[in-house]
Amino acid sequence: MSATVPASPHDPPDESPLVIARGLTFHRGDRAIFQNVDLDIRRGGITAIMGPSGAGKTTLLRLIGGQLRPDAGRIEVDGACVHELGRRELYQLRKRMSMLFQSGALFTDLSVFDNVAFPLREHTRLPENLIRTLVLMKLEAVGLRGARDLMTSELSGGMARRAALARAIALDPMMIMYDEPFSGQDPITMGVLIKLIRTLNDALGLTSIIVSHDVKETASIADYIYLISDGLVVDHGPPDALERSSSAWVEQFLHALPDGPMSFHYPALPYAQDLSLE
Amino acid sequence: MIEGLQRLGRATLFWFNRLGRATLFLLRLLGALAALGRRPGLIAKQLYSVGVLSLPIIAMSGLFVGMVLGLQGYANLVDFGATSSLGTVVALSLVRELGPVLAALLYAARAGSALTAEIGLMKATEQLAAMQMMAVDPFARVFAPRFVAGVIAMPLLAGIFTAIGILGGYFVAVQQLGVDSGAFWSQMQAAVRLVDDVINGVVVKSVVFGWVANWIAVFEGYDAIPTSEGISLATTRTVVNTALVVLALDFVLTAIFFGA
Repeated sequence: MSATVPASPHDPPDESPLVIARGLTFHRGDRAIFQNVDLDIRRGGITAIMGPSGAGKTTLLRLIGGQLRPDAGRIEVDGACVHELGRRELYQLRKRMSMLFQSGALFTDLSVFDNVAFPLREHTRLPENLIRTLVLMKLEAVGLRGARDLMTSELSGGMARRAALARAIALDPMMIMYDEPFSGQDPITMGVLIKLIRTLNDALGLTSIIVSHDVKETASIADYIYLISDGLVVDHGPPDALERSSSAWVEQFLHALPDGPMSFHYPALPYAQDLSLE
Repeated sequence: MIEGLQRLGRATLFWFNRLGRATLFLLRLLGALAALGRRPGLIAKQLYSVGVLSLPIIAMSGLFVGMVLGLQGYANLVDFGATSSLGTVVALSLVRELGPVLAALLYAARAGSALTAEIGLMKATEQLAAMQMMAVDPFARVFAPRFVAGVIAMPLLAGIFTAIGILGGYFVAVQQLGVDSGAFWSQMQAAVRLVDDVINGVVVKSVVFGWVANWIAVFEGYDAIPTSEGISLATTRTVVNTALVVLALDFVLTAIFFGA
């Protein structure tokens, strides 16, 4: 019989990447979303996946979470090849990872309290008074302890994201994936979310993956950034290194320049020809 | 001609594809039933939603259908001096056919459409995906409780529809048109058989209808395109397909139970 020995505080930290993608290829119909992509997500850090709309950022999170299967290549999370796991093993792995959806994806028939309590009630046999304590601690962390009795329809967009964040950390996961956490938020809410993501990551010892095209906000808290476009990793590195990149694409994306390698126009016939002037 | 054949082929392939996916969905649904034994509260909550909340429309419809049967039956039987058989006519019509069939059609319109819209919206707002990412199987947590609750509710609703329909027929025949109360009930008691009529008619038919109606409703929600138009189409398909399948199955079951 084997026993798992808990990590000692004196053990050296695990330096291996938490998520490893090698030769990742994924198509939607005939369109290649990823072609032979390699990337590593470092433990304990905040890694940002950035790129223009439609670059496949959300798809990457779904591949890491095992909701989609790659056409080729492999994705490992904490040493387990996600798409080779059976449903039971995949669900065991998912108990240790969380995802914050772009919409929040709160359950609309439950209150804020019950939403946060949901994973605890589903996966633990804790008594209700202990669940109450845990839920209030999670809600306190995101500043919504006073909103516990509200229904999700009564929350603003920013409050819904924070409630979803409280639910995401309910089971103390090893990793949280954030899908466009800042989109559609006012500057104050955005600032709150930025601070929360950084604080929670450091305080809880999480590994965070942020998918976003909000360059400034994401770069301000990311330890490492992958830039993806047209199915490829265009560049990657720490934010300050990418700032110094000589790539025209990177410069256009990071500084939101209208002209550059990325065309403003969707591919079309010549303008004059389309207007029948030729 | 060729184009017409191509369209027919595409439509046939589309329907077989959907039937295959619906069958695989049902198999996964049945596989998730075992987990429900430990969570009876999930079924109870859905029983309230699909059963108790359907009671007003079922009761009102049953009452009016029974009253119409009483009126129509009297108008036809009075010419032959056979109004004492009115109780039998009302009861057999309701027990064998109208009770289970109309209750199933009303259920599809009230509860089936709501199930499809609810599940479709959960899909569109990523609630199902969030559940999966929390390592909670939507088949065990969302689909199976709704399916089981619907299958349990259907015969109960059909029974209530039938009972209230008979009372409606009694009210019109006895209270309004002067048919003898004793004849109304005694003829009914003598003609309606427990196993052949009540069990086969109300119970077996409505369990079959409940199975099909809830399978269609839950699958359509699961399979809906996650847009407002997709959910609208899925909800319409639930009502239309349930109505067609229930009526077709009613013919088959009637031929088996009551055919010569």
